[in-house]
Amino acid sequence: MDRNAVQEMRELIARHKRWDLIFACVGLLCLSVAALTFVALVVDMAIDGAPRLSWDFFTNFPSRHPAQAGILSAWVGTTLVMLVTAAAAIPVGVAGAVYLEEYAPNNWFTAIIEINITNLAGVPSIVYGLLALGLFVYTFGLGQSILSAGLTLGLLILPVVIVATREAIRSIPSVIREAAYALGATKWQSTWDHVLPYSLPGILTGVIIGMARAIGETAPIITIGALTFIAFLPPAPVTAQFPFLSLEWLMAPFTVMPIQMFNWTSRPEAAFHQNAAAAGLVLLLMTLSMNALAIYIRYRLRKRIKW
Amino acid sequence: MATGALSVKAQTKALNFYYVAFHALKGINMPLYEKKVTALIGPSGCGKSTYLRCFNRMHDLYAGNRYEGEIKLYPDDTNLLDAQVDPIEVRMRISMVFQKPNPFPKSIFENVAYGLRVRGERKASVLDEKVEIALRGAALWDEVKDRLKDLAFNLSGGQQQRLCIARALATDPEILLFDEPTSALDPIATASIEELIADLKSKLTILIVTHNMQQAARVSDYTAYMYLGELIEFDATDTIFIKPKNKATEDYITGRFG
Repeated sequence: MDRNAVQEMRELIARHKRWDLIFACVGLLCLSVAALTFVALVVDMAIDGAPRLSWDFFTNFPSRHPAQAGILSAWVGTTLVMLVTAAAAIPVGVAGAVYLEEYAPNNWFTAIIEINITNLAGVPSIVYGLLALGLFVYTFGLGQSILSAGLTLGLLILPVVIVATREAIRSIPSVIREAAYALGATKWQSTWDHVLPYSLPGILTGVIIGMARAIGETAPIITIGALTFIAFLPPAPVTAQFPFLSLEWLMAPFTVMPIQMFNWTSRPEAAFHQNAAAAGLVLLLMTLSMNALAIYIRYRLRKRIKW
Repeated sequence: MATGALSVKAQTKALNFYYVAFHALKGINMPLYEKKVTALIGPSGCGKSTYLRCFNRMHDLYAGNRYEGEIKLYPDDTNLLDAQVDPIEVRMRISMVFQKPNPFPKSIFENVAYGLRVRGERKASVLDEKVEIALRGAALWDEVKDRLKDLAFNLSGGQQQRLCIARALATDPEILLFDEPTSALDPIATASIEELIADLKSKLTILIVTHNMQQAARVSDYTAYMYLGELIEFDATDTIFIKPKNKATEDYITGRFG
């Protein structure tokens, strides 16, 4: 190559590298904007609400006096509703995804199911609330209870769990399945012994994303009829006499954190706004610890898999 | 080369196979002799892997595949390709080792024991014993006996392939199918696998697909040359490589073609 051509090539490479740099800077800028916004929100809420956090705050019921108001009924309600949501969404979502990936034949019926699931993801959450009101609260007679709320939110996050599980199952190389079949495994054995355990990290990711969304959903819960001022807890699941386990708490009235926050924010007194900020901080911490737990489990499980 | 009464373990009769509309195997007739190594050779796309996978009904896993003809397994005269014969039963009698080592992301012990668990074996003592026998049979026991609980992925490529062989051996198969077992391995690992195959043939029948003609010449007792879905020639390895009867075979062997 002669000198001119080499020189031209060098200039071309330099131009391309400049674009590389510009793109990296733009990417970093966008990321920073997003991260800084999040940090700003959290810090703002922490400055307002952190002084309010105390043992009393966690163990008091709501009250007309802001200094005595606490989030006991709210965080217990959120925890119980999240338990029911998980119990509803995870088995149904995982089983549905396994059916679609491993068992469903490639016909119009399967296509209809898949379209329906995709559409479910786009339904506004208030519509879920209306559905739940008609179906769970009245038709099934479950009333304005934790069970209704849990089932509604379970429906809400079902598409997220299904999609994440399907992606996780698809990422398993077919040679692994073939190895299982070649040893004489049935489809169920291959699914239970191999496909499900290896997709667990992906399934957990979907569950995290779903639960993090569900914990903050307010509209459907209000529609079902969660009360905003509750001065009692649902009945305890463990009782003193036989059979020692009670499911009465499922049918109890309740409230959740977002509703409590909303209620406090709508009051004129500034002290209640501080309560709301403190509750918001607690809600954020609950979400982050759920995420952290699932990430940790995912990390432990992911270590065994290398493909 | 071992001598003695030559008995047929499986007889392929007029086998035609279709990948949906594509006619992949055309009128294959071939015996598979018991306790001998038979090699399938031929250029890419000739149908040797397709033919191999007919033996354990792997094609049933994917929609649209169709068999015609039969592969009769002796001594019980079962037609492996019959729709009435459960593919799972076939796969419990005929095991397979794949091209790229594909151990499960589990421990070494669990990998080898899986075939036994599928058959309902629960007793720990029985599992321990059979896993050890299988690992010895695959010449891997000495290297892994102290770390059976280790992840299989921590083994080297050659060790992983021997683990896959142990996994296939654990269930005492009647036929062991090898689909280009050493094409993803280095020469030293390849040599150890070939040595293993030479040992194994005293216990079971082996059918091996290989891209490597020298490997076929080293390892097999019988060789089948396939081209474009047809069986061109089947004979003792010595005959195929020294005095093939078909000109097409001779062209392939001498490298004039393929």
